[in-house]
Amino acid sequence: MGAAILTNLPALLVVVPLLLAPFSAVLPIAGLAWVLALIGTGISFLAALLLQSVTENGVSISYHLGNWEPPWGIEFVVDSASSLTLVVMSGLGFLTTLAARHLVAVEIAYKDSGKFYAAWLLVIGGLFGLVMTADAFNLFVFLEISALASVILIGMGAGTDRRALVASYHYLVIGAVGATFYVIGVGFIYAITGTLNMGDMANRLPDAAGGTALYVGFGFMVAGMLVKAAIFPVHIWLPAAYGYAPSAVSTLLAAIATKAALYVLARIFFTIFGGTPEIVDIALSNVIVPLAVGGIFVGTIMAIYEADIKKMFAHSSVAQIGYIALGLALATPAGISAGFIHIGNHALIKGGIFMAIGGFVAALGARASLETITGIGRRMPITATAFLICGLSLGGLPLTAGFISKLYLVRAILETDSYVLLALVLISSALSVVYLWKVMEVMWMQPAPARSPKLVENPAIYLPLWMVALGNIWFGIDAGWIVGAARLAATALLGGGA
Amino acid sequence: MIEQLAGSWNYIIVVILMMTGLFMVIARANLVKKMIGLSIFQTSVFIFYISLGKMAGGTAPILDGNPDTLYSNPLPHVLILTAIVVGVATTALGLALILRINEAFGSVEEDEIIAAKASQSLARPKRPTSEAAE
Repeated sequence: MGAAILTNLPALLVVVPLLLAPFSAVLPIAGLAWVLALIGTGISFLAALLLQSVTENGVSISYHLGNWEPPWGIEFVVDSASSLTLVVMSGLGFLTTLAARHLVAVEIAYKDSGKFYAAWLLVIGGLFGLVMTADAFNLFVFLEISALASVILIGMGAGTDRRALVASYHYLVIGAVGATFYVIGVGFIYAITGTLNMGDMANRLPDAAGGTALYVGFGFMVAGMLVKAAIFPVHIWLPAAYGYAPSAVSTLLAAIATKAALYVLARIFFTIFGGTPEIVDIALSNVIVPLAVGGIFVGTIMAIYEADIKKMFAHSSVAQIGYIALGLALATPAGISAGFIHIGNHALIKGGIFMAIGGFVAALGARASLETITGIGRRMPITATAFLICGLSLGGLPLTAGFISKLYLVRAILETDSYVLLALVLISSALSVVYLWKVMEVMWMQPAPARSPKLVENPAIYLPLWMVALGNIWFGIDAGWIVGAARLAATALLGGGA
Repeated sequence: MIEQLAGSWNYIIVVILMMTGLFMVIARANLVKKMIGLSIFQTSVFIFYISLGKMAGGTAPILDGNPDTLYSNPLPHVLILTAIVVGVATTALGLALILRINEAFGSVEEDEIIAAKASQSLARPKRPTSEAAE
C-alpha cells in the first residue's frame, strides 16, 4: 500500500486536488469545503516535499500515466527543477489556503463558497500538472484547466467590485489567445518531429530538417507562454486581474500562477529546444532579455504612480517576473539558478504581501488604497509588521529572502560581463524603493484619520501571514536549501536537453 | 506559384481565418464580437491540425490487413477533439461573463464599460433573482 502510494506520487499530486474539486462544489457548508481544499493542498505539499527529497541527488522520476510507455503515452517527469517549483507552489498554495478561510468568508457569498474552493482546487491541480507533464499537448490541457478556473476565481471578485468581471473577461480572452498560440507552435513542432513527448522532441529536433517551420513553431510556443507568464508587453491582463480579484485569489495567483508558466518557458528553452541552442540563444539574448528589462522598468514605474495598493503590487509583480525571466534568459547555470531562487523567494514575498493586503481589506471593508490605509501601522500592528517584513524583502534588504535573490542575480550578471544589464538591474532596484517607501510612509508615519473605528485583526489571517513573513527572514539568513536546490535545478535543466 | 498555392489551399484558409479571428479579438470593442473572433481564431487552429494529419489519398486509420493501404494520421485529429472541448468551455465561460458584465454595467461595449464611473464600481451588481432568493 505504502509503496503503491509512493510510486504513484506524481499522479496523486494532480489527481487529489482535481478529485476533491467536485466534492467541494456540491458541499453546502463553506467550512467543510475549506477543509477539503486544505486537505487537498496539504497532501500535495507533503507529496511535493517527498518528491523533492527523492530527486535531491539529481535523480529524475518518469511516471507513465496509465502505464503507457512514452512517447506513446503521457509522461510526467519530476526532476530537481520541477520538484523545486512544485515545493514552492504547493507550500505557498497550502499557506494561502490556510489564510483563505477568513478572506473568503468576508468577500464571497456564503452559497458560492463551495464552488469557490472547487475552482481553487482546480487551479492548484492544473498548475501542478503543468509543471510535471512532459507531453507538449497535455501541457495545453493543464494550462486551460488552471486558466479557466482562475478566470472563474477572478470573476468572483464581482461581489465587491464589478470591475472584476471585466478583468476576468480580459484574462480569459488574452489567455485563450496565448494558449492557442502555444497549440499552433506545438502543431509545427509535431509536424517536424512526429512526437509530442518533450524529451523525444529534444532528441529529434537537431537532426530534423525543420527549416522555417522550426522557427515558426518555436516562436509560437514561446509567444504563447509569454502571455501566460505575464512578461512585458503581454502582461496587460495581470494588474487588473490581480487588482480586482478577491484577496485570497490575488494571493494565490501572485504566489504561484505565473511561476508555473515561467517554469514551462524554461522547459521550452532548455529541454525541448535544448538540442538546437542556436535559435534559443538568439531568442534569449535578442528578445527575452530586452523584454525582461522592459518589464522590470514598466512594472516598477507603473507601481510608483499607482494609488491602489493591490494594483500597485500587481504592477510590482510584473517587474519581479522580469527579474526571474532575466535570470533564466542569461542561460548560464548561475543565471538559471538565480531565476529559480527568485521563483521561490518571490512566491514568499508576494504571497505575504497580498495576504497582508487581504487582511487590511477584510478589516477595513473597503479597497486598500494609499488613502484608506493611512496610519494602519498602529491600527493593525500585527498584520502591518508582517507586511513591512515582506515589503523590505521585496526591496532586497539584507537578512531577507529578497536580498538573496538580488545577490545571486547580480552575481550571475557579473559572470556574463554585461555591465549595462547590471546597471539597469541596480537602478530598477533603487526605483522599487520609491513605491515601497510611499506605502510604508503612509502606513507607519502618518496618523490615522480622526474618529477611525477600531480594526479587528483576525488570527486566521495573521497566523499564516506570519509563517510566510518568517519564511522571508528564514530564507534570508539560511539560504542554503533554496540555493542548493536551485543549482541542482539549473543542472537538471541544462543537462537534460543537450 | 499558382500550383503551389492550390496545393496548400487549406493552409491558406487557415491563415485567413486566423488573421480574421485575431483581428476581431484585437479591434472589436463589442465583447460578444470579441468572443466570436476568438472562436474563429481557435477554429483556424483546428483546421490546421486536421490538415496536418490528412495524407493525400489516405483512408480512415482502421487496419484492413492490406499493407499497401495508406492511412491518415489519427493523432492530430484526436488532439483537436480535446482542443474543441477546451474551445467550447472557453466560449461558454466567456459568454457567461458577458452576461454578468451586461447585468453589472448595462453594456457590452468595451469603451462604455471602461468609461463607467469608478465610484459606481463599488456598488454590488444588481441581481434581483439572487437577492430575492436570499
